[in-house]
Amino acid sequence: MKKNYFMTAAAGALCAFGFAGAATTQVQAADLTLCWAAWDPANALVELSKDFEAKSGHNMSFEFVPWPNFADRMLNELNSGGRLCDLMIGDSQWIGAGAESGHYIKLNDFFDANNITMDDFIPATVTGYSEWPKNTPNYWALPAFGDVVGWTYRRDWFERPELQAEFMEKHGRKLDVPNSLEELKDIAQFFQGRDIDGTTVYGAAIYTERGSEGITMGVTNSLYNYGFLYENPDKPYDLEGFVNSDGAIAGLAYYKDLYDTGTPPGSSNWYMGENIDAYKSGQVALQMNFAFIWPGVEADPNVGGGKSGYFPNPAGPAGQYAQLGGQGISVVAYSEKQDAALEYIKWFAQPEIQAKWWELGGYSALKAVVEDPGFASSQPYAQTFLDSMAIVKDFWAEPAYAELLLAMQARVHNYVIAGEGTAKEALDGLVEDWTETFEDEGKL
Amino acid sequence: MGDEKQMTDSPIDKVAQATPAPLARRIRGLSDRAIAWIFVAPSIFLLLAINIFPLIWTVHLSFTNFRANRPNRDVEWIGLRNYERILSDSDVWNTMQATAHFLIWTIVLQVLIGFALAYLINKKFKGNDLWTTIIVLPMMLSPAVVGNFWTFLYQPQIGLFNYVIGFLTGADPSSFSMIGDVNLAPWAIVIADTWMWTPFVMLICLAGLRSIPDSIYEAAECDRASKWRQFWTITVPMVLPFLMLAVLFRGIENFKMFDLVVQLTGGGPGAITELTSINLKREAFEKWRTGYSSAYAVILFVTVFGLASIYVKALNKVKER
Repeated sequence: MKKNYFMTAAAGALCAFGFAGAATTQVQAADLTLCWAAWDPANALVELSKDFEAKSGHNMSFEFVPWPNFADRMLNELNSGGRLCDLMIGDSQWIGAGAESGHYIKLNDFFDANNITMDDFIPATVTGYSEWPKNTPNYWALPAFGDVVGWTYRRDWFERPELQAEFMEKHGRKLDVPNSLEELKDIAQFFQGRDIDGTTVYGAAIYTERGSEGITMGVTNSLYNYGFLYENPDKPYDLEGFVNSDGAIAGLAYYKDLYDTGTPPGSSNWYMGENIDAYKSGQVALQMNFAFIWPGVEADPNVGGGKSGYFPNPAGPAGQYAQLGGQGISVVAYSEKQDAALEYIKWFAQPEIQAKWWELGGYSALKAVVEDPGFASSQPYAQTFLDSMAIVKDFWAEPAYAELLLAMQARVHNYVIAGEGTAKEALDGLVEDWTETFEDEGKL
Repeated sequence: MGDEKQMTDSPIDKVAQATPAPLARRIRGLSDRAIAWIFVAPSIFLLLAINIFPLIWTVHLSFTNFRANRPNRDVEWIGLRNYERILSDSDVWNTMQATAHFLIWTIVLQVLIGFALAYLINKKFKGNDLWTTIIVLPMMLSPAVVGNFWTFLYQPQIGLFNYVIGFLTGADPSSFSMIGDVNLAPWAIVIADTWMWTPFVMLICLAGLRSIPDSIYEAAECDRASKWRQFWTITVPMVLPFLMLAVLFRGIENFKMFDLVVQLTGGGPGAITELTSINLKREAFEKWRTGYSSAYAVILFVTVFGLASIYVKALNKVKER
């Protein structure tokens, strides 16, 4: 009997330990959900995250939403306090709302405790993706994916002797990477309606999309370089004379002229996907797009393998700037697995993981990666990425960014695509809209 | 005893017999009205929870500056300010104009073409059923899908629509852009919607045409009425209630049109095809001006409800004739 009691007790103990062990494992191994846009880099992140799963024991799930619906879907999720996402790679402009509405957790203490310093990242990405208020050491995200608007061009077309000769005769200079926005427009007009290998091709695919953020992400590349400023540098939210300065008006008129004279017919609502399609199918000589597309261009059988070249947004009369893209990774405040989510960020911040991120097609923002001596020559577009990241500017990241963005979308699209009114009227209207928004926000 | 005598072995009687006596007594004590309320109550509760309460809450929010994306911000009662801003906002009136253009032209075209198709299909001919099936196919598609593939049809370089127009007129197909041109875009959405929903109007008209007894036409023939006269004095008046019903359905549907137009033009170029529903969605779920958009929704609701009520009264008068 004693033996039976002993056996029963042992079995009971084993069961108890077994269950306890299972329970402990359940607590430790979390199922994390990471939310991001559905695009090529997201696939690279899935691949990269397998390393995290192997090392941490956590399972990663992913919720990827196509870009046109990304903001709608994810901001609804955040605004409703949803628990779908533990980690959010949100757009840079969301950082203000993320911080002020309590959607993201503040990461300063976590960074300090884990020796993660923002000095290790490209400064523009820290300001753009992590800080709120801007230019203060309050961090709500880790720079995850550096991105910037740049240009891709058909090097194989540019190098054709007959086109070189014709361009030289017409413009008195070599058909080459443009040094200014005006030169870029000349090139776009040069290719517009041209017959190449029996196909009619066009100049440039530029951002014109109306519904989300497309045309704003495009037009700012000319506005900045002609003198547009979001506000008086000495007086926040003072817009008059900065948003609608003479330079800004010229920049907007430039973009309309480029659209009217150097873009494919029917390109009135194009954004990233449409531009990629037009370029890869051989419709255009140039395309404006975020840098994330460059690995895909290089790998494409039609336009990759040396047929394409890359250059940063060319300078204008007021300087050389480019629209910042990219995102930081944040921990969602409504997540019940914040510790595991922080573990992911700690893993992601490691230099070797960031190096692998770049290898897989993700644009690391870690200085150790991009300042590596071999980085610039590691890919045909790597130097252009570095040059572009050095000249970035970003849209408002205010909590009311969506309202500010939609106003700009409407005003710019009305003028550039619909041809209503003048550039001055469009920007004067924008000042009115933005002023009203800031008044509603109590900032004015 | 009399009741017991009438008991049979039917399932209902079995259930009645199996009902515990205290419960049976309670049920027996209820009036017909009370039993009716028991049956209706769940529906009324759901109606109140899903329709009436949100409506009242929307009206309440329309007098505030509430923003759903700022739950921590103080909500102020601002009276009629949202209504004043909407009614004095030229952008809102532009979207109303765009909606009116879309609404009027889609209804006119769909009624004319739908009725003509129904008239033709109503004639007995070989392949009648096959043609009916082919014609109704578009309305079985999702509006988002229709919007998407019409963007391809309208492509200046590869689009079939541009090619056909070019073929018929001799114009260069890539010389015009249906969805990129301010003058053409409003017609682009009218054409796509007409293509999709004309079959719906046709089906309703067909039902109307088939409901006219042959004897009426036979009597008219005896009176030597011409075909033209038969059409205007028999066919049109008898199909009119059906046509008006189709107009009501299409009017309400197109007043809240969203998916097809968003897919096709995104409201552009500029805001030329931004219908009120698209504008309202932007205000409510992109700009997150919840109070403002609630007032906007109330205005639209009152407008549609008012117009529909007047129309239904007219429809009833036509039916009574």
